[in-house]
Amino acid sequence: MDRSIISSVATLMSANTPLMSVNRQPVPALKSAVSIDIAGGYLRYHDSAEATIAGLNIRIPAGAWTCILGRSGCGKSSLLRYLANLLEDKVDWAGAVNTQPAFDSKDQIAYMAQQDLLMPWLSALDNVMLSTKFGVAASSTKKTHLLFDKAHALLQKVGLGDKANYLPQQLSGGMRQRVALARTLMQDKPIVLMDEPFSALDAVTRYRLQNLAYQLLQDKTVVLITHDPQEAIRLASRLYIMQGRPAYAESLSVPASVTPRNFDAECAELQQTIMDRLEQDYE
Amino acid sequence: MSEFTQLDTHQVDTAQVNAVSREIKSKQRFSNPLLRMLISAAVIIGLWQAVVVIFEMPSFILPSPFDVFERLIERHQVLLKHSWVTAQEIILGLLFGLTMGLFFALQMLLFKPVKRWLLPLLIASQAIPVFAIAPVLMLWLGYGISSKIVMAALIIFFPITTCCYDGLRNTPVGYLDLAKTMGATKWQMLRHIQFPAALPALASGIRVAVVIAPIGAVAGEWVGSSEGLGYLMLQANARMMIDEMFAALFILSALSITLYFVADKLLKKLIPWQT
Repeated sequence: MDRSIISSVATLMSANTPLMSVNRQPVPALKSAVSIDIAGGYLRYHDSAEATIAGLNIRIPAGAWTCILGRSGCGKSSLLRYLANLLEDKVDWAGAVNTQPAFDSKDQIAYMAQQDLLMPWLSALDNVMLSTKFGVAASSTKKTHLLFDKAHALLQKVGLGDKANYLPQQLSGGMRQRVALARTLMQDKPIVLMDEPFSALDAVTRYRLQNLAYQLLQDKTVVLITHDPQEAIRLASRLYIMQGRPAYAESLSVPASVTPRNFDAECAELQQTIMDRLEQDYE
Repeated sequence: MSEFTQLDTHQVDTAQVNAVSREIKSKQRFSNPLLRMLISAAVIIGLWQAVVVIFEMPSFILPSPFDVFERLIERHQVLLKHSWVTAQEIILGLLFGLTMGLFFALQMLLFKPVKRWLLPLLIASQAIPVFAIAPVLMLWLGYGISSKIVMAALIIFFPITTCCYDGLRNTPVGYLDLAKTMGATKWQMLRHIQFPAALPALASGIRVAVVIAPIGAVAGEWVGSSEGLGYLMLQANARMMIDEMFAALFILSALSITLYFVADKLLKKLIPWQT
């Protein structure tokens, strides 16, 4: 079971060699990729007198990973939850959110949280298929067979093909988050919002899951919220740091190397810069 | 001096270790629940017999367990007939109460005004002892089985409703958020997320209900009936057949305990993810 993961990790680890990067350059059909532009974002909770976010400018490029760093409680999760339409009646929002191409963001977003949020009463496979039960087009009997096959294929992709009938509590934390990843892929949305999905895992599991997620979400627009600078540096095509009160975002330039990056001197330097920035925010 | 103390603590430690390992061993030995139950039953019957012998209890106050056992076999046909009636009352009462409880919990969840108006009524209904309503129920529903079913249902209605409602209300926020981002409608959310997530809470409500439903049924029989174990006990008591009364009591407890274990096993099987 783990062999496929290891091989995929191995592939990704060697991804920095020129040959591989050439291989990767022709981006797969971008017809579904979407970019998001936030200008002058302002967010205030109804039950709070102070704004959580103000003057926020973020450009999220299509088909790439944008990482947003910040200390806990800085408002980065609020931003993500707003983008996921989870705060509709809880906050005041001002500012422009433009997407290219324009669409109704409701139907275009998949959301991955810090907890795996697997339903304990559903098997791994049924958890992957959860999204098919919802929406106006909730699975008609005709399509279930196709969906079933798709879910199975996705479980295989995340290396859990033989665990399809296991209940979540029979799986380890890493496996559970891999099922959650498969569930996200099952939704097949152009935008994937991730709220520290790897933060509860141990270092090696996290490393492997980052690579796996990176590999499987290649043609998606991914927004990853994290408080782990290393994670952000490894994965970000574009990196923002959120700080201040109310919070604003500042763009940091990332190394030119291909993501997911192997950690080199440049990365270490960037990590030091980030740590210095973040530390300021604690005072 | 210090050496001596050290030695002393060392001895204590070994003693403790021995005690713990003995305990573990004895736990393993009595891991079979049936065996444990048989042992407790034997101890209780032994104590009972001892009380009868030592205090020379007259048989119309406390009959010996052997008398009761004899009566149990001698009158098994009558006892069985009445047990069947009481069992029916309990089971139907449970089903009825469960259905009503679920229904009301759902109403309270879905319609805020229903909750505002119903919750105080529900609590008030618990302030009136079910026993006090029993005569009214007899009047309205007659001496037959239906008034007892309603009694049993009434007594379990509150725990079922509150447990189910709490379970439905306390769905982890993350689950709801996830379903929302997947575009779930209110009904789909209820059907696929909130209801299954409430099942463990509902299960604990059912466990309580199974234990207290017999109280409702028997109390109903006491107030007015022509059959059932409660009726049999009153009759036996009036005729000073105390051993028969104890035989009925024995069957009633056996019935309740069996019901509880069956329900527990069933719930564990149906809801394997509960903690």
